[in-house]
Amino acid sequence: MEIIRFRNVSKAYILEDWVIHQLDFSIEKGEFVTLIGPSGCGKTTMLKMINGLIPFDRGDILINGQSIREWDMIRLRRQIGYVIQQIALFPHMTIEKNISYVLDLLKVERETQRKRSEELIDLVGLERSYLKRYPRELSGGQKQRVGVARALAADPEIVLMDEPFGAVDDITRKILQKEMKQLHKMLEKTIVFVTHDIEEAIHLGTKMVLMDQGEIVQAGTKEEMVFSPNNEFTKRFLESKGFNAYLGQLTIKEVCTLVKQKKVSDEIIETIDGDASVLEGIRRLIEKGVKHLNVIGNNGIIGRFSLEDIKEKIKKGE
Amino acid sequence: MNFIGNVARLYQERSEFFIRLTLEHIYLSFIAILIIAIIGLTIGIVIAKNRRLADPVLSLVNFIYTIPSIALFGILVAITGIGNRSALIALVVYGLLPMIRNTYVAITEIDELIIESAVGMGTTQKQLLIKIQLPLALPVIIAGFRIMVVMTIALGGIASFIGAGGLGVAIWRGITTSFPEMTVAGSLLVAFLAIFVDLILGLLEKITRKKVLGTAEKLS
Repeated sequence: MEIIRFRNVSKAYILEDWVIHQLDFSIEKGEFVTLIGPSGCGKTTMLKMINGLIPFDRGDILINGQSIREWDMIRLRRQIGYVIQQIALFPHMTIEKNISYVLDLLKVERETQRKRSEELIDLVGLERSYLKRYPRELSGGQKQRVGVARALAADPEIVLMDEPFGAVDDITRKILQKEMKQLHKMLEKTIVFVTHDIEEAIHLGTKMVLMDQGEIVQAGTKEEMVFSPNNEFTKRFLESKGFNAYLGQLTIKEVCTLVKQKKVSDEIIETIDGDASVLEGIRRLIEKGVKHLNVIGNNGIIGRFSLEDIKEKIKKGE
Repeated sequence: MNFIGNVARLYQERSEFFIRLTLEHIYLSFIAILIIAIIGLTIGIVIAKNRRLADPVLSLVNFIYTIPSIALFGILVAITGIGNRSALIALVVYGLLPMIRNTYVAITEIDELIIESAVGMGTTQKQLLIKIQLPLALPVIIAGFRIMVVMTIALGGIASFIGAGGLGVAIWRGITTSFPEMTVAGSLLVAFLAIFVDLILGLLEKITRKKVLGTAEKLS
């Protein structure tokens, strides 16, 4: 089901000088869409049009089939989770008050708010004792988690995220990305996520949108973006980084040929963990100078991995 | 030493007189402070929400602030006559600047991202003011309030020149009757009053700063 629809949306601050030009794009319910592109390409502008923070001049945006012009903007915004750069938690409120902020706006009962805050802090993996603390007492990574919890408080169908992990260190970012991916799988929210990090876009997105100068250059699955760019810009922008990131986020068990335990070939001695990335798999193949690897799952060998498997997967993905 | 002794004796002998003047002074200042706080806060909020108004309003208030108080008193006597009413108007007009300016600056200097995230989550303008802007602006507003209060108490000392009550009466009488002990006795009480209130408000400012910003230090 189509949840967000951009219909030929254009915007200019100066006459005819388009910062957003003829955006025509739809987002299906439950998708994790990553918007990527060089700075000033319009990705953040596009995001902020969805919750009406930036108005547009031409075209229309439909949320759940209803034009944004007909939505009561306050009501709409309360139904859309919003996480921005640096997270911007409210410094004068405890973590609990921060998380239940939208519920407070919606005049939900205090007790319900408190319970919901507890649920959410559990969900994002922080201890409940943090609820009584203030944002300044938290580390960067913890603040991000609270930011995500706050966005999910009113159980919105859509969550908008504007480079939420931009300000944390690499290691924390990797962990947060992993958690975000799990949350998306678990909660089945529609997420629109702006980033300038190619790796992040490929790792998180079920769908990617590449933008440049206010226009969509190419949109599609990560396989399409990485392996069949339909123009020079996409090719140049993603380059080897996109390819690397793609193979880095793909796990062996997603691509390997499954085999029954009995049929495991004796000739293959080298093994690899099913949760390892395909990139590691290729490295192992080269290091050991073999064509196949046995893939180890929870209960012993679950399959066989070779370069052929990757080709199959990419073909299927397109 | 003799002089200080004389002042002390004066306090003793005329204690009823000084207590009455002090109470009058507190009363006059209190009314002025109340009016300034309400008007100043309101104007500060209004110009913070309508930035186009900010420049003209702040310029006007600044201009009034630069008029020498004696001159303003003179003008007011011509318009509203002699007495407490003129004094009150003068005190209010002077006190507005720190109150308006601090309220305006406090609200406008809140991190844009905090405002954006609040608005993006569906906060109405009224809720934004009450739940986000005013609480975050509070330390700076209190700082402005503190300046205004001290200023009003001090300025109240010369309000007697236009016939108002308060400790200025003692100062004025001391000057006109060449009785320096009386002038000093009145001035000292004004100073003590101002310092005392300043200390209390300073404490209040520190507490709110700590609550809102997490540090008692002023953030530059």
